[in-house]
Amino acid sequence: MDRPLTENIRPGEGPPGIAEYERAGGYRALRKVLGDADPQGLIRTVTDSHLRGRGGAGFPTGRKWSFVPRGEQAAHPVYLIINADEMEPGTFKDRLLLEENPHLLIEGIVIGGYALQADIAYIFLRQEYTLAGERCSRAVAEAYDRGYLGRNILGSGFSLELYLHSSAGRYICGEETALLNALEGRRAIPRAKPPFPPVTGLWGKPTIVNNVETICNVPQIAEHGADRFRALSRSVDGGTKLYGVSGRVKKPGLWELPMGASIREILEEHAGGMRDGFTLRAIIPGGASTEFLPADRLDVKMDFDSVKAAGSRLGTGTMIVLDDRTCPVGMILNLMRFFARESCGWCTPCREGLPWLARTLEAIENGEGRPEDMEILRRHAGLLAPGHTFCALAPGAVEPLQSGLTIFEEDFIRHIREKRCPWRK
Amino acid sequence: MLTQQEVTEINSELAHYEQKRGGCIEALKTVQRHRGWVSDESLADLADFLEMTTDELDSVATFYNLIFRKPVGRHVILVCDSVSCWAMGFGEVLGHLEERLGIKLGQTTADGRFTLLPNVCLGACDRAPALMIDGDLHGDLDEQKVDKILAGYE
Ligand SMILES: Cc1cc2nc3c(=O)[nH]c(=O)nc-3n(C[C@H](O)[C@H](O)[C@H](O)COP(=O)(O)O)c2cc1C
Ligand code: SF4
Ligand code: FES
Repeated sequence: MDRPLTENIRPGEGPPGIAEYERAGGYRALRKVLGDADPQGLIRTVTDSHLRGRGGAGFPTGRKWSFVPRGEQAAHPVYLIINADEMEPGTFKDRLLLEENPHLLIEGIVIGGYALQADIAYIFLRQEYTLAGERCSRAVAEAYDRGYLGRNILGSGFSLELYLHSSAGRYICGEETALLNALEGRRAIPRAKPPFPPVTGLWGKPTIVNNVETICNVPQIAEHGADRFRALSRSVDGGTKLYGVSGRVKKPGLWELPMGASIREILEEHAGGMRDGFTLRAIIPGGASTEFLPADRLDVKMDFDSVKAAGSRLGTGTMIVLDDRTCPVGMILNLMRFFARESCGWCTPCREGLPWLARTLEAIENGEGRPEDMEILRRHAGLLAPGHTFCALAPGAVEPLQSGLTIFEEDFIRHIREKRCPWRK
Repeated sequence: MLTQQEVTEINSELAHYEQKRGGCIEALKTVQRHRGWVSDESLADLADFLEMTTDELDSVATFYNLIFRKPVGRHVILVCDSVSCWAMGFGEVLGHLEERLGIKLGQTTADGRFTLLPNVCLGACDRAPALMIDGDLHGDLDEQKVDKILAGYE
């Protein structure tokens, strides 16, 4: 099976250094691009490849890139920012690429930067990814030494600077406009859109924000073309995907599989199924801000459209398993406390609404819920739907709640009726 | 007063940003690396250096959970309290830590050795429950393992 993102990775041996990466064919795509591709043609190839953003929203990457203004009059510098803020609970996929294959990311950045005619790139890294930070810094230095970064890259006339920015916490920094404020040294609250970052981004200049995994797909697309990338997938979205599983399975972990592998395949073949003594109740398919899918939906394919049709979102593609010995109300309470704490506080429905939801859930979990709380939770979740808040944090926060109220309705009602959590001893 | 060493380190980062204030996170973190935390005095010095008002800089500093505006212990323990760790035994690990250290989340031990803080998902959900001490990640925790890990941080 083709594993273009991870085939160079040797767990426990550290990431390939630049010489090893080159021996395995690394930076060949970059040489090819700087040799003959025209930037616009490269963007068309990425569009044709059906690469969709791996940061959660699944926006088509080529289309996003095409929004950057072109031509003589176009504003510069153009920025390319790699979102390595990975803080969505249950998500641990970008860490692997950052720690184990930093040159793949750098090659993707330079190729993407060339397509965008960018001048400056940043890797926006969460502070807690210390090992990733060390390894990326080393790889960036190596790439500068070999002339893959900096002025006049490989004599092509194209120049790109790449800087590593280490952040200091707060989940909201991963939201792309909050990230821009963070980089500018302001409070990391989201910005109003429009204007959108590809036109008016960092310091008012055209800016593309892409996820780590998204950019790591770019070298193979540049080298082997769009058809080959689409052929890797079992769905209309191109490529492979890093899928992960955490929770009470036999082998929690991360696997690169064709886009569109089924939940069953990931859960049973790769994660080894549930641990003995635990039964699967539901999964959260793609990080904390995606809807629960019940255990009878295992044949859903993990691509953007299929998961959406099933009533949830692919999100980051790293699923969280809920077993029968864990209280679903407790789990939703944990998620809601996370979102309430991480709300940036800028808009009232989110700042006030999420703690309210968390307190209501806490009351139910502690056996102090009232029957009318179910309706209050439903109605309130509706008030935080997209369009009611300034950014996507609050709508994401209520996705597991809304689906949970339906799937686990009986469990909620039992908490309220019995005035206790049935899972507590 | 910022030390010469701090100024040198901050300056090398400032070059990466179109405006000085873009480097303010790195600047705050530089001071924190050298002094453990960011005091009011350091904040004022940094604000001067970055050509920001102290209020502007403090509004950024206080936004981030990993910029410490109060003194912390020699070692900072960040315990992941997000969903996968929660499901895999965060409660027991936290209970054990609190008992061993004699402090609650948000507190520092009397001897100044440890500060205990909750943290969002550490991106180690396949090794849940997880925690981080001074930038070192530790996963697949249980009570014995926690004891062994703590012993490594004097
Ligand atoms: C609250 C919030 C947090 C986010 N955190 C991240 C993150 O840590 N990493 C990431 O790549 N995208 C994150 N996103 C999505 C980004 O806003 C953006 O869509 C993404 O980086 C675009 O990259 P892509 O098109 O390559 O997916 C977050 C979004 C929201 C609303
Ligand atoms: S929805 Fe929440 S996180 Fe987003 S801007 Fe409003 S308060 Fe901030
Ligand atoms: S939930 Fe604890 S590391 Fe991800």
